[in-house]
Amino acid sequence: MSEAVSNPPSMAQRLRLGDIWKATRRVLREPLGAFGLILVLVMIGGAVFADWLTAYEPNKISPRDRFQGPSLDHLLGTDHLGRDLFTRVLHGGRIALWVALFSTAISLSIGIVLGLIAGYGPRWLDNLMLLLFDSIKSFPTVMLALALVTLAGPSLTAVVIVVVLVNVPGYARIIRTQTLALKESEFVTAAQSMGASSARILRVHVMPNVIGPLLILASMDIPVVIAIEAGMSFLGLGVRPPTPSWGAILNDGFTAIRDTPWIAIAGGLPIILTTLGFTFLGETLRDVFDPRLKGRG
Amino acid sequence: MFSYALKRLGLSVAIVSLAMLLLFSMIYLVPGDPAAVALGPRATDAMREALRIKMGLDQPVWVQFWNFFTGAWTGDLGREVLSDRPVAQVVMEQLPYTLALIAGGISWSVAIGIPLGCWAAVKRGSWADRIVGVLSVAVIAVPSFVIAIYALLVFAVSLRWLPAIGAGEPGDLGDQLTHLILPSLAVGLGWIGYIARMVRASMLEVLEAQHIRTARAFGLPENLITFRYALTIAILPTVTLLGVGIGQMLSSAVFAEIVFARPGVGKLVYDAILTRNYPLVTGAVLVTTVLFVLINLLADLIVGALDPRVRSRL
Repeated sequence: MSEAVSNPPSMAQRLRLGDIWKATRRVLREPLGAFGLILVLVMIGGAVFADWLTAYEPNKISPRDRFQGPSLDHLLGTDHLGRDLFTRVLHGGRIALWVALFSTAISLSIGIVLGLIAGYGPRWLDNLMLLLFDSIKSFPTVMLALALVTLAGPSLTAVVIVVVLVNVPGYARIIRTQTLALKESEFVTAAQSMGASSARILRVHVMPNVIGPLLILASMDIPVVIAIEAGMSFLGLGVRPPTPSWGAILNDGFTAIRDTPWIAIAGGLPIILTTLGFTFLGETLRDVFDPRLKGRG
Repeated sequence: MFSYALKRLGLSVAIVSLAMLLLFSMIYLVPGDPAAVALGPRATDAMREALRIKMGLDQPVWVQFWNFFTGAWTGDLGREVLSDRPVAQVVMEQLPYTLALIAGGISWSVAIGIPLGCWAAVKRGSWADRIVGVLSVAVIAVPSFVIAIYALLVFAVSLRWLPAIGAGEPGDLGDQLTHLILPSLAVGLGWIGYIARMVRASMLEVLEAQHIRTARAFGLPENLITFRYALTIAILPTVTLLGVGIGQMLSSAVFAEIVFARPGVGKLVYDAILTRNYPLVTGAVLVTTVLFVLINLLADLIVGALDPRVRSRL
């Protein structure tokens, strides 16, 4: 990283196809990384090809088939409305993935901009923003979600807003710290003395150097985001029925846990496997790419 | 130390004030008239107007905020809509249940996490170390509400070892403790992993230190070195970690209280939202936020007292 600081490479240079292949091989060499990668690929594959993988519709109600245990016809059984749980789990993966990618992208953009401003801007603005970040982080996540849903009503948008509010302070702080360090570096001073504008310095000289570690941390937050979506949907604060979501299935199962435990199992299993997969993969990626981040959290 | 404590306290007051402002604006922006919501559809306009004046909703925004702000700092959180009792009183009745749950979660995580982390550090690089490492990551990753439901399914519904719902008979300590085992495990399981990792990492650092080498050179028994000279230092970062942890456990507690049908602040807020009891929502969220900020303050002050380097960082 010290080389990168003295001579900033562009993102395109850094992410060549060969490097990605090399990194993948290094991840595969670690048993845990390989296991994580397989789980993640299975989850993504299931979500993407959901329509081809089962013969059922996720929301089709069929009262005759209600509360059937797992069988060859219904791999994970059916729920109280006779819907095939395996199909609903696959389609729930789409919701989880969509929320994870969309809200992470938004949190990253906002976090980067705020972090650059806090790190490069005047001191009073920096202090004010830190105070704001600390205040947002001082709400326990679920309390924040509950308060927000009171305001906005349950929806996927509410989930995205909660995720953004939870993630942005952390991302902005990382960018801020790195920007503060880079502000004093020689190549930034050189650019300043040649009359480059603040916007140009931030875009060309600071951004490429701070974004790498952040991307790794953001990818490690994906399981957290998936957990927030599932948790809010479990509480009825996320997706509206009948949209399939792992949290919603888990809630259906919780209501009927004494008589039909397989519904709760079907809802919980994908949450467990996906969070484990992303976490194992993220841990391995971090060790491969940036050993300095080891031990965070 | 005194000026550090003062600065840290000032920061906490600022954070709580800002949190109050955020909460107030959130509730202020809620669509719909709180008075109309409270009285239901059959109320007359005159009744709504009377309640609006009683709730102070006819006054300008800044007056409303100022009343809320000064009231909250003096412990007056308003009255809840349904039973017209003071919000502070309602929240305080539920708070002990949540605190007991969190204390249970901390007990689980400290009682299992510290020995595991210490063991992994001493056996560094061995199979035991690796298994502890993977297990720690795994329990951190899996969300607490899934753990709560699976624990309910296995230990309460299938095996019937432990009770599934409620907080136990009031006054019967044994009964209350058995009702606490599963929910507090769900709250604390992830933190076993965090603490094990933290203790392992700081133990490895401490075991390399000069004074440990000296102790070894003097031929002190290995157990004495590990527990008396290394672990006592390596445990310090866990104190700060637990400060953050309690905030997250407050989140997990909401799920645990709902899954195990336990009374508590989390369930209170959840039920209050379903009945649109806004003063109760703001009040309860504010109390937990203040609690969280206070605990972090306490953790930082303890670490600041123990480790002078931290004080210069603020």
